[in-house]
Amino acid sequence: MLTFDAVTLSQGTFQLTADFQLQADITAVIGPSGGGKSTLLAGIAGFFEPSKGRVLWDNQVLTGTPPAKRPVNMLFQDNNLFPHLTIQQNVGLGLRPDLRLTQDQKQMVADTLDHVGLTDLGVRKPAALSGGQQSRAALARVLVSQRPLVLLDEPFAALGPAMKDDMLRLVRETLVQAGKSVVIVTHDPDDARRFADQVILVADGVAHAPVSSDEIFANPPPALRAYLG
Amino acid sequence: MLKTTYLTAVTGLCVATVATAEVPKLTVLTYDSFTTEWGPGPAIEAAFEETCACDLEFVGAGDGAALLARLQLEGLRTEADIVLGLDTNLTAAARETGLFAPHGVEAELTLPLGWTDTEFLPYDWSYFAFVGNEGAEAPTSLQALADSDIKIVIQDPRSSTPGLGLLLWVKDVYGDDAPQFWADLADNIITVTPGWSEAYGLFIDGEADAVLSYTTSPAYHLIAEDDASKVAWAFDDGHYMQVEVAGKVAGTNVPEIADQFLAFMVSDGFQSIIPTTNWMYPAATPADGLPDGFDTLVVPELSLLKSPEDALAIRDQALAEWREALSQ
Amino acid sequence: MARSPVAIINRAPAYLAGVLVLVLTLGTLIAVAIRAEVCAGLSAADWAAIQFTISQALGSALVSVALAIPVARALARRSFWGRGALITLLGAPFILPVIVAVLGLLAVFGRSGILNDAFGAIGLPDVSIYGFHGVVLAHVFFNLPLATRFLLQGWLAIPAERFRLAASLNAPVGRLLEWPMLRAVVPGTFLVIFLICLTSFAVALTLGGGPKATTVELAIFQAIRFDFDLGRAALLACVQFVICAIAAVVAWKVTAVDGFGAGLDRVVQRWDGSKVWDFTWITAAALFLIIPLSMVVIKGIPGLFDLPPSVFGAALRSIGVALVSAILCVGMALALALHGGRMVAIIGVLPLAASGLVVGTGSFLIVFPFVRPSDLALPVTALVNATLALPFALRSLSPAVDAVISDYGRLADQLGLTGWTRLRLLILPRILRPMGFALGLAAALSMGDLGVIALFADQSGATLPLAMYRLMGAYQLEAAAGAGLLLVALSLLLFWICDRGGRVNADV
Repeated sequence: MLTFDAVTLSQGTFQLTADFQLQADITAVIGPSGGGKSTLLAGIAGFFEPSKGRVLWDNQVLTGTPPAKRPVNMLFQDNNLFPHLTIQQNVGLGLRPDLRLTQDQKQMVADTLDHVGLTDLGVRKPAALSGGQQSRAALARVLVSQRPLVLLDEPFAALGPAMKDDMLRLVRETLVQAGKSVVIVTHDPDDARRFADQVILVADGVAHAPVSSDEIFANPPPALRAYLG
Repeated sequence: MLKTTYLTAVTGLCVATVATAEVPKLTVLTYDSFTTEWGPGPAIEAAFEETCACDLEFVGAGDGAALLARLQLEGLRTEADIVLGLDTNLTAAARETGLFAPHGVEAELTLPLGWTDTEFLPYDWSYFAFVGNEGAEAPTSLQALADSDIKIVIQDPRSSTPGLGLLLWVKDVYGDDAPQFWADLADNIITVTPGWSEAYGLFIDGEADAVLSYTTSPAYHLIAEDDASKVAWAFDDGHYMQVEVAGKVAGTNVPEIADQFLAFMVSDGFQSIIPTTNWMYPAATPADGLPDGFDTLVVPELSLLKSPEDALAIRDQALAEWREALSQ
Repeated sequence: MARSPVAIINRAPAYLAGVLVLVLTLGTLIAVAIRAEVCAGLSAADWAAIQFTISQALGSALVSVALAIPVARALARRSFWGRGALITLLGAPFILPVIVAVLGLLAVFGRSGILNDAFGAIGLPDVSIYGFHGVVLAHVFFNLPLATRFLLQGWLAIPAERFRLAASLNAPVGRLLEWPMLRAVVPGTFLVIFLICLTSFAVALTLGGGPKATTVELAIFQAIRFDFDLGRAALLACVQFVICAIAAVVAWKVTAVDGFGAGLDRVVQRWDGSKVWDFTWITAAALFLIIPLSMVVIKGIPGLFDLPPSVFGAALRSIGVALVSAILCVGMALALALHGGRMVAIIGVLPLAASGLVVGTGSFLIVFPFVRPSDLALPVTALVNATLALPFALRSLSPAVDAVISDYGRLADQLGLTGWTRLRLLILPRILRPMGFALGLAAALSMGDLGVIALFADQSGATLPLAMYRLMGAYQLEAAAGAGLLLVALSLLLFWICDRGGRVNADV
């Protein structure tokens, strides 16, 4: 369970407050651009420290913990794979950052690549893969790591609609299946409606407490209504 | 097989180290060109080591002026036993360091001038002169050169010993009229180089009609290259001399070998090597005389040389006059 | 904004590199100053030297940059056979030993050079290269290629889409795209060339035609060698640093520092400019640089065959020193680039303003109480050369490292790539190109450097430039020209291998 305990994230004159708990398989973060969606994720991942309040995971305070030591994996809008490393090396980084993998771990990488549909593509470099295959490889890396919380900062935004749906389905089939909690930023309310269990609305400097997605779209609060237009 | 070879090599190396450790080492600080394979260094090292049961090591340090600066930097802690390659324009400053001991050598020197210095002993000498091409216009005095259209290259007195030699030559000939002479000469000077090598290179490349060098420079072209096309101009004013000397460092830990070296330096074994390696006159002409070709060199009527103390005393003023006149 | 609290990269190497640079630049200056007895202050002649130094450096930097603008623009928008080779060759003058370059220039512009022979043949009067314009000409020869490289990099950094957009709007490319780029790149380029020319000495004196062309560096030489006045030497070295500081502040006020060194192979397709003019500029610049270089080759070939064996020993030593120095230099530059910040930028230009003679003398004074200087001749030379090449390596590496961090820093933080692992798996593979370029440049600069070795080396430890000077000093002018050619060839070869090596393995 992720807890925001009276948190304020400050960046220059911009401020974002959050004070709620989060426990769901997939949570969508929606809201206008520039509203602070990415800031919220960066605050969880540890790229920003809150100026006030605390972020906790299962009652363990995350404040002051470096990103790599947090129970968090994050995928960004782009640059999720190192172009100079092969796909299996990129995935292997999720197991050991220095890439000194045991035989078992190598097997695990291969199995995971099979699982996301990249059988036999492990020896290639990212540039030799399509956009969708690159996203799958990044998911594979998240999948092999032991960290329970996954943050997705619009990593599929550049894919076509059909491909994006594939990826979101894959997220549920693999990450959620593996027992991970997923927080995904999206600018498409339809994605949130179809794939998320809960929705956090970020607008006007406030990250609102999560609401179940059926409920929020059936009866949108004023801020969401303004955003949906 | 490989192992034995290696072992033999190592043993050999150890023996060699032990062998050199047993003989005392004489360190001679000198200028670079003395120690090159064309310079006198290698032959002299071989000749002296035959007689001294010692290890002679030359340490090169730039040119003559750099040699003095190096010595001044090192001061009392210097490892040099002998300093070889200063000229009389530098010996006054060298003497002021207080690092040198009397040389104690009585030798029959064949310099054009008498020698009385008790600390610094000459090993070779020559006259500064302008070297030009055979058959071209050859002035017969400094003034004639200044009045001509001949283009020359000279060296900067602040960074080169020949440059300083010319400065003192002009001061010796012209005294208080030196600034006027420099003003007259200014339109003849193509450029001023930091060192002898650059100036001589420009002359050989045809960039200038003549270069400031030595009366003995043509001997190199004649003897080593069989080329008689380079000649030194004899001037009626007389020619300023460069006398190169060596001195014994007072703090040496091998004083006997140092004395032995200085005595050797003015003997035939050393002196006969000088003419065709350093391209200078030996300070004590060897019994066999000078090599063929040296007889063709111009010999000035008049030899000029200021005492080291006078040279040191007037050089700052002479330098200021030079800079002033040539900066116009 | 609170940054993540971890030290991602060990900072010790950066501090070590920074301290090393400070010791070799300011530390050596202090070592010299401490040995000074009294200091009389600056004489009128010193002030004249300062004035001449600044004016020739300003003139040289101005002309170099002004000429580099049309040449770089032409190279940026025209593709032709041999373009890559030409760009590599343009690096040659910058790494030439001074005396070799001067003799090459004189073979073209000198009294008996090609130019005056041609003028004579058609009845024109001789032109003299000696004087202020000669100094500027030589400095332009050395630095025009460098300026061209800096600016070319600036042009290639403008995205191709913008040119397309400008072309479709029929907008003026110059005012819209090129002027802002030049505003960003020119001041830094100007500064670097100004600083290089600031410490010039042999070029200025030889081509300046006499004592009015006395630079501060020559005055330092005089203070140490002629007067043994270490106080004045230290004071003059301080003057040099002050001029450097003023110049740096002025340049920083007008600009943001920009990088160079990455791929120059790309040609941006353009729809403006005159083809004839572009090729005129390219040809003129190429001839200006290549003819004197060819003269070096032509003069050197006969001497190549009677080079004494000792020259080859010296060549091997030089290569060894150059490689060690290049690795040290790039290591230091990398450590500093990873650290980043304003202090690093300052440390990055300090060596440019350092007087070679003060660095040499100061190192000698620092080393001498402990060991025989000749025992340390090669290591000290490698270290000093590495430091002197550092500004160029840093300029090449810094932007590349910054780009890697901004693109992949968060991902690496996330994955826990820290320390050596981060360097091995992320940074190094992504900066191979600029690193190859920096390695090559540092190696080549070290090959041609004479500075500190002359004070330290004895007969057995000579490097190739020193061996070449010794040949000249022993009347062996032909062999010296041969050694000069060998030096040029080896320097270019080292540069080419490193630069190439960085490109071959570089992933997009």
